[in-house]
Amino acid sequence: MALTKEDIAKRIAKEVKDKYFVNLGIGIPTLVANYVREDISVEFQSENGVLGMGPFPFEGEEDADVINAGKQTITTLPGASFFDSAFSFGMIRSQKVDLTILGAMEVSENGDIANWKIPGKMVKGMGGAMDLVASAENIIVAMMHVNKAGESKLLKRCSLPLTGVGCVKKVVTELAVLEIVPEGFKLLERAPGVSVEDIKKATEGNLIIEGTIPEMVIN
Amino acid sequence: MINKKVASVSDALKDIQNGQTIMLGGFGLCGIPENSIAELVKLEVTDLTCISNNAGVDDFGLGLLLQKRQIKKMISSYVGENAEFERQMLSGELEVELTPQGTLAEKCRAAQAGIPAFFTPAGYGTEVAEGKEAREFNGKMHIMEEAFKADFSIVKAWKGDEAGNLIFKGTARNFNACMAGAAKITIAEVEELVPAGVLDPNQIHIPGIMVQRIFQGEKFEKRIEQRTVRQKN
Repeated sequence: MALTKEDIAKRIAKEVKDKYFVNLGIGIPTLVANYVREDISVEFQSENGVLGMGPFPFEGEEDADVINAGKQTITTLPGASFFDSAFSFGMIRSQKVDLTILGAMEVSENGDIANWKIPGKMVKGMGGAMDLVASAENIIVAMMHVNKAGESKLLKRCSLPLTGVGCVKKVVTELAVLEIVPEGFKLLERAPGVSVEDIKKATEGNLIIEGTIPEMVIN
Repeated sequence: MINKKVASVSDALKDIQNGQTIMLGGFGLCGIPENSIAELVKLEVTDLTCISNNAGVDDFGLGLLLQKRQIKKMISSYVGENAEFERQMLSGELEVELTPQGTLAEKCRAAQAGIPAFFTPAGYGTEVAEGKEAREFNGKMHIMEEAFKADFSIVKAWKGDEAGNLIFKGTARNFNACMAGAAKITIAEVEELVPAGVLDPNQIHIPGIMVQRIFQGEKFEKRIEQRTVRQKN
């Protein structure tokens, strides 16, 4: 069984460690905050200028002046702070943020990522993604393994305009957890009920399979 | 005290000319100078180059200037959620320069700080780097980005005083604090304008020297783009 988006978020949440500052992108990455262990201390950063983000506000308590990078109304937790956008990217470039989780349209076997533009079709802009991937030491990508036509999105080379080069460390898809190593995508875990064969078929880039590949533990 | 107060938004924006470059603060619809944008629509100035992280939505923020075709060029990092923008961009009516968000913020900050250019790793190896000088520092590739040059910077703050000192609220600080003082003339619209001496100097985010004109906005709609809430159990 391929994972749901929630399951992908749950699996990625296991990568969030005690005392991490974490930046979450829009989409599946946003869901990760719901599944982080409660016995560890983590602070979420949003690049528009807040550290210490909390859950969505209760109805009627929304504040137009307190939003995240997805423009959603949010709350702050004790210890939170606000700052301007230049300062925010300063803490990103100087690698104060320990983990960046973002979505992608394509990832290549050398860790390139494309997620901001489909020429002639969709041009929304890169937002903060180029800054984040260029500076973050630890980048996990949450994405679908194949597109709607069934074509692999884990490629030898990205076909879309790049967001960053050689930067992705780990990819979590509905089928697998993969690490980017110099030789390509190293298969670490497979989704429950998904075979190594299934993953091979869905991966265009070089897939490295060493020994027995364990099933993911989601909960 | 050097008094920066002007009576109204029309006094503050009276000398903005066609073809000028204007920075506008805000992220999404959060912290945008909405009174000044309404005035720009009224002034019917055209051929503007606007530097703003986003381009508003169809019927609010910079979307209002786009509707009236007053913008010739946008310099932004993210322009989704705006159908008219997309139409003008794809038809070639609107020139668009997409810039990584951190680079955009730093190009403002550099202008504010009197630094002509800087190196950043953001965009290296992508089409953003085309035509830009690339250099290696500490084993990593960076590209050179230049400070913005703008005629006006229009920012929005929560509180301000007649000396031009500004205090922001929440994430509405965003690009407003980076753009204040980053153009030849900075105009600040504030929700509450008080006499000098009322605000605690320890709490000022932007000192008044960065602001040439300040006024209290008539009304602030403060529209929410993505209203997300949870239910009380």
